[in-house]
Amino acid sequence: MKWKTIEKRNFSALVEELAKENEVIGPLKEKNTVTSVRITSENEVCLDFWNTKKPPKEVFFPQTETLFTYRTSKNDAEIIESPAIRKKMVLVGVRPCDSRSLVLLDKFLSSGEHKDVYYLEKRKNATIVGLACNHPLSTCFCTSLGGSPSGKEGMDLLLQDINDKYLIQTVTEKGEKLLEKISWLKDAKKADIEKGKKLSSDAEAAVRSKVSLSDVSEKLDKMFDDPFWDQICQKCLGCGVCTFLCPTCCCFDVLEEGEERVRIWDSCQFLCFALQGSGHNPRPSGKERMRQRIMHKFNYFVKNYGKSFCVGCGRCVQECPVNLDIRDVVKTISARKVE
Amino acid sequence: MNNPYIPNLVVIRKITTENEARDIKTFELVFKDPKAMRSFGYRCGQFAEISVFGAGECPIGIASSPMEEDSIQFTVKRVGVVTTALHNSVEGTVIGVRGPYGNGFPMEKMEGRNVVIVGGGFAFTTLRSLTNFILHEANRDRFKEITVIYGARDPGELIYKYDIEAWGKRKDINLNVTIDRAVTGWSGLVGFVPAVLKEVAPSSENAIAIVCGPPIMIKFTMPVIDELGFSPEEVYLSLEMRMKCGIGKCGRCNIGNKFVCKDGPVFTFEELKMMPREY
Ligand SMILES: Cc1cc2nc3c(=O)[nH]c(=O)nc-3n(C[C@H](O)[C@H](O)[C@H](O)COP(=O)(O)OP(=O)(O)OC[C@H]3O[C@@H](n4cnc5c(N)ncnc54)[C@H](O)[C@@H]3O)c2cc1C
Ligand code: SF4
Ligand code: SF4
Ligand code: FES
Repeated sequence: MKWKTIEKRNFSALVEELAKENEVIGPLKEKNTVTSVRITSENEVCLDFWNTKKPPKEVFFPQTETLFTYRTSKNDAEIIESPAIRKKMVLVGVRPCDSRSLVLLDKFLSSGEHKDVYYLEKRKNATIVGLACNHPLSTCFCTSLGGSPSGKEGMDLLLQDINDKYLIQTVTEKGEKLLEKISWLKDAKKADIEKGKKLSSDAEAAVRSKVSLSDVSEKLDKMFDDPFWDQICQKCLGCGVCTFLCPTCCCFDVLEEGEERVRIWDSCQFLCFALQGSGHNPRPSGKERMRQRIMHKFNYFVKNYGKSFCVGCGRCVQECPVNLDIRDVVKTISARKVE
Repeated sequence: MNNPYIPNLVVIRKITTENEARDIKTFELVFKDPKAMRSFGYRCGQFAEISVFGAGECPIGIASSPMEEDSIQFTVKRVGVVTTALHNSVEGTVIGVRGPYGNGFPMEKMEGRNVVIVGGGFAFTTLRSLTNFILHEANRDRFKEITVIYGARDPGELIYKYDIEAWGKRKDINLNVTIDRAVTGWSGLVGFVPAVLKEVAPSSENAIAIVCGPPIMIKFTMPVIDELGFSPEEVYLSLEMRMKCGIGKCGRCNIGNKFVCKDGPVFTFEELKMMPREY
């Protein structure tokens, strides 16, 4: 592991350097929201933010993506595959919770006999430069899910704001290689590293919102028919915001657009999601759909991959129009007596 | 990396209208690239994603037997966008097929045993594949007694009449075709599938049962299967859920932690009992 530092005012020079060989994607402030976009000489990456409105999944799993195009003539058809993406990408300013979400998505989308090539090809070409959180929000609960405000899971490099400069920590060889080319970075001083450590432990302590997940998956095994689902779904509008903005939710629909086969984000919270051609719907009301979302995150995924499918980023808590708080749902499950 | 979302191009060689309502048709498809046909090795009970360019994709069970080497067949009911576009296609049209997907029927487990095949309505498609596979001269010796119970609402709705006629001429299959209510001109069995199953009463001794049909048929058939003494591990059902990707990625077809497209669509009754009731 190597430690470097960079003066804040030199950060754009670093981005410029990286942009020579990579497409750099980083947070950009637009009015009141921060979104990750392609950084060019026209705009400047902003590392002073809580978190991006949309999670980084959209870089690898865009909201709309062409799978292939085709041409048809009277008695023939031809498929034109989208060219493989060769361009290397560097994602700058990825928060630890979001970086962890990519690790979970990797697990899911590379599992089984058939892999999701569209996601994996882009992922393979990407380097993740994370950014530790010094000031977690009241909606952050990453530590309950095995994460931390200075967690490095899924990252190649980790940046930390230590007032006048960023402390840079190498996490993987890939990250180290990226830095090798930038000769003017300074080695971190002992004091810088100590300062970083202090900020990390302060931040860890500042994540006050905690839920206990120890027995949640087990309890959910016995709660499929629990009347509790009828209650919690009452105020949900079924808008799907919680799933669209969730860094791990990756359900999609496939449809035709002109002469293209396209996939788009979809949500288990929508009525039509599981509706069958016969008219039969296994999840006819909000109750079944809410249950699906919670079960998938805290029981089904745990069974298949040994981890919860949530990283505690708090987006669904912040953005839900009716304040349906997933932490409260988990707490209620945890407190529930089941035989 | 192999891209599982790209379909193979196939030509519709033949279209057969299966029922009086004309909303069920069988499509015989040949691969444009013969190599792709060979690498499309499938087993009975699997399905594929059919692409109609300009309309979209949908999952359809494979209705032909793997013994047929030069084409694959699908029997499709017209219900929505893709299936209507397919029904409106003419012979010679190029469409797409990707697959095969799903686990299929437990062929190895069936060998050396009696096989009881129970189906209703147009869900009989993969059971037709199974029946033709078992009855093939290269395979027949590997299975013991074959009992088929197949029901439709009325004679006009019976599909695969040509196969039924051929099977009826054979001595090595106990074939029972039934319709829901008596009509003039029908001399065969009358009654719902569960009742006919009870009447035929195939022995559960050294036997495996495969059941496919609409939910209502399944509901009334399972108690009869149970009465006949089949243990839940020896009974297989094929499920239908809404699907998009067919490969366990789009998140649409799960029942509990299982994806019907990749962990199913065939499950034992025992497995189904362990799964949440959400299908
Ligand atoms: C494993 C498996 C095997 C199958 N095998 C066969 C088979 O052998 N033969 C066969 O015919 N079928 C089979 N099916 C069913 C077949 O996949 C469906 O009938 C097919 O997907 C319908 O597609 P469609 O585009 O024609 O209909 P769609 O247009 O998708 O939908 C049909 C109907 O569903 C409802 N609907 C769907 N989406 C929406 C929406 N967004 N909003 C409102 N309503 C909606 C509507 O009522 C609509 O009329 C199988 C399914 C599975 C999962
Ligand atoms: S964001 Fe809130 S209202 Fe919208 S679907 Fe999710 S829980 Fe329901
Ligand atoms: S479920 Fe909510 S808190 Fe958990 S990862 Fe998704 S958006 Fe973040
Ligand atoms: S059809 Fe996409 S996950 Fe099963």
